[in-house]
Amino acid sequence: MSERTLRGKVAIAGVGETTYYRHGQSPDAEFKLALQAILAACRDAGIDPREVDGFASYGDDRSDGPRLAASLGIRELRFSNMHWGGGGGGVAAAVANAGAAVHSGMANCVIAFRSLAQGQFARYGRSRTGAAAVGDDAFLAPYGLMSPAQRFAMKITRFMTDHGIRHEALRAIAMASYHHAQNNPNAVMRGRPLTEEKYDASRWIIEPFHRLFDCCQENDGAGAVLVVPADRAKDLPHKPVYLLGAAQGGHHRSAAPVHNAPDYASAHFKTVAKNLWEMARLGPQDCDVVQAYENFTGGVLLSLVEHGFVDPARANEQLVLENLLVGGTGTMPMNTSGGNLAECYMHGLEMVNEAVRQLRGTAINQVAGANVVAVLGGPMVTPVSSLVVGTEAAL
Amino acid sequence: MSTTTNRVLPEGLPAPSQDGLARPYWDGTRQGRLVIQKCRGCGRHQWGPEWVCHRCHSFDLGWEEVAPRGRIWSWQRPHHPVHPALNGHTPYTIVLVELPHADGVRMVGNLICAPDAPVTIGAEVEAVFEPHDEADPPYTLVQWRVRGG
Ligand SMILES: [Zn+2]
Repeated sequence: MSERTLRGKVAIAGVGETTYYRHGQSPDAEFKLALQAILAACRDAGIDPREVDGFASYGDDRSDGPRLAASLGIRELRFSNMHWGGGGGGVAAAVANAGAAVHSGMANCVIAFRSLAQGQFARYGRSRTGAAAVGDDAFLAPYGLMSPAQRFAMKITRFMTDHGIRHEALRAIAMASYHHAQNNPNAVMRGRPLTEEKYDASRWIIEPFHRLFDCCQENDGAGAVLVVPADRAKDLPHKPVYLLGAAQGGHHRSAAPVHNAPDYASAHFKTVAKNLWEMARLGPQDCDVVQAYENFTGGVLLSLVEHGFVDPARANEQLVLENLLVGGTGTMPMNTSGGNLAECYMHGLEMVNEAVRQLRGTAINQVAGANVVAVLGGPMVTPVSSLVVGTEAAL
Repeated sequence: MSTTTNRVLPEGLPAPSQDGLARPYWDGTRQGRLVIQKCRGCGRHQWGPEWVCHRCHSFDLGWEEVAPRGRIWSWQRPHHPVHPALNGHTPYTIVLVELPHADGVRMVGNLICAPDAPVTIGAEVEAVFEPHDEADPPYTLVQWRVRGG
């Protein structure tokens, strides 16, 4: 029996993104943004958009696949996939699901995408008013626990307290994203550099570990990647970016109700990361670049620890700004286009695009000779997902 | 019981739906009792409420009173008002409380304390029942305070 894996079987042939806007500033409707990103990814791949035969997304994306297929005059729709879970937990999973569809022969040419003009709908960081709280929320909302930051904060409090990790480690994570965004013309936070003083003076969102700059913004835009069989990618304009490993899910009862996950102080990557590295036949030491989804900087810390990039006992030394930057002495260049915090909160799809640019050698903050990039999707939700992509040299 | 005084948070936050699966819990809180699921198949507690026991898959889940005390497992102190009712009423403190005598189930509530009081993981806490008698339907929240504090 042949090995069951996606390693080297599929490739990202095209990436596309819209202009990224501050929250509520998109002149275009959310669905139009999705169309723009998808068409850009097809153009980048040199593939006629009518040839796309599948769509994969996550986070309850409102731009549904069948409507996209009709709008774009897709000849035949063979794969439509929405990954469970909110936010960006499914970003890597959407790419992997597209890859699984292509590799299994269910489809040939699948778009994984995210479109978000949150300003045209309800905001994440604000609760709805009026209605009674149902389900889990009945045990949370009456106590003033409603926002995503609040849902995750107690994981971070516990982990950082247990391991004696200082808030400065989170500051370095935020500053790395802002630093890299300053060179990126499409970064929402370009021209707004973050200093230690500015960070330290920013207001508390939640004590003890969430200042303003530890929290993602909300943005408008869309991003898309086009996934094809590895063989096909070789004949397309760009250097193929191969999927080396992908995993999604969560550990035992990580979604247990009312904050009852047995292993609670976690980003939920413990089993996922193990599966990821097994499929990739690589480890954190093999990655040249890391894209780590920041919903909150504390979640990045947990992701990095659970994927083996950071040792909790050494986190205060490893998570310093110099170690996370491109072009210096850093051993772990991270969020090299500005990430969710400073490029755009496109629920991590912008990080997949950046991983592809790093491997093509076309990134704005290019890590010289990058052959392997890890993309760690949204942490602390369930399911979470992550992927490893690489050049032909990494196969 | 007082109806409007000594509430941790202001009026206007969402009230809990007391319907369905969790009804015995909310009925218990109205009587000042902490009542949670205990499986009749394997004898273990679970929380939050679910239709099946996650350990033995029995659907025969009973409800039992447990001692209203525990230990702070983690905490947070929100400053940013995420709901209009909280404008001008932050910061406040939320605790995750573990009940070691009930198979380690955890509950979320507010810690009754000063806005700048230090919070210690592992501190022993006891439940304080906070009635909202004027609500329709009335309900009672479960808050926490440090024992001997
Ligand atoms: Zn049982």
